[in-house]
Amino acid sequence: MAVSTKRTQGLADKHFHYCPGCTHGIIHRLVAEAIEELGVLEKTVGVCPVGCAVFAYDYFNCDMIEAAHGRAPAVATGVKRVLPESVVFTYQGDGDLAAIGTAETVHAAARGERITTIFVNNAVYGMTGGQMAPTTLLGQKTTTTPFGRQSSVAGYPLKVSEMVATIDGAAYVTRVAVNSPKNILRAKKAILKAFNVQLKGLGFSLVEVLSTCPTNWGLSPPEALRWVKEKMIPVYPLGDFKVPEDEV
Amino acid sequence: MPQVFFENERCKGCELCVTVCPKKIIALSAGEINSFGFHPAVLTDGTKCTGCGFCFLVCPDLAVTVVREEGGNGESTDEGE
Repeated sequence: MAVSTKRTQGLADKHFHYCPGCTHGIIHRLVAEAIEELGVLEKTVGVCPVGCAVFAYDYFNCDMIEAAHGRAPAVATGVKRVLPESVVFTYQGDGDLAAIGTAETVHAAARGERITTIFVNNAVYGMTGGQMAPTTLLGQKTTTTPFGRQSSVAGYPLKVSEMVATIDGAAYVTRVAVNSPKNILRAKKAILKAFNVQLKGLGFSLVEVLSTCPTNWGLSPPEALRWVKEKMIPVYPLGDFKVPEDEV
Repeated sequence: MPQVFFENERCKGCELCVTVCPKKIIALSAGEINSFGFHPAVLTDGTKCTGCGFCFLVCPDLAVTVVREEGGNGESTDEGE
């Protein structure tokens, strides 16, 4: 019998507006497939960020809310507390989560909110045109660090997963990448696990996904995948930073 | 034999599938242009396809469908690094 790859029910039949080669599309698919496979599409509420994924509410087939910049975990907290049976996730970029929304993220984790955060880290502000983000690598050229990010002026890259893993309320914190088929499959498993942690009520779960921005990095999409492997992963090592004690 | 279908109107010609294909049998169409102005991906030699599905996994725009026999090899020559 022939088996075919299927377009997930978790995504609407709409073309993504993302630039060619942007891995947002892959991450959207992984999140949507995870929601569909867990059979919770009807009771899932997603919260969109401000950033390139600001239109994600057009793409996911579940209920979606658009939050103010950085405030997605706060909105998700409200939804989860009013509708405890729902599955709530936030989908945030590094400008949203690691800059303006750091406080919301840290305190949602500290309160142990039973929500899942998908953190898309591409080391740059994409939507606004490629400015330096807190996660920009040292030496990386952006429009606001034209000679490369220098620690003496602009500090150091923020390692969100390591930081959130120190918080007691966080149950599952992991970092994955989507730069190769192998890593994409691992990312899928991590996202499924994060939703399972939420379904079991164990606490806050965060999946950091290393993503690409070919447009603002000034690279072709295949070069951008290599850049993730060669430059980003050494700074942002992949792996689990916190896993629940009773393994899910 | 496994089959791969590309939805031309969804393809943005990013070449990620071209990069990950272990058999190197995907290329961007030289002559064809879709309505967004991109050269969509095409198979150059479908007979070599193993149905590994890497192109489906990596496509950011869900433009790829892979059909293969259940229990068919679907094996890849590398681990998808």
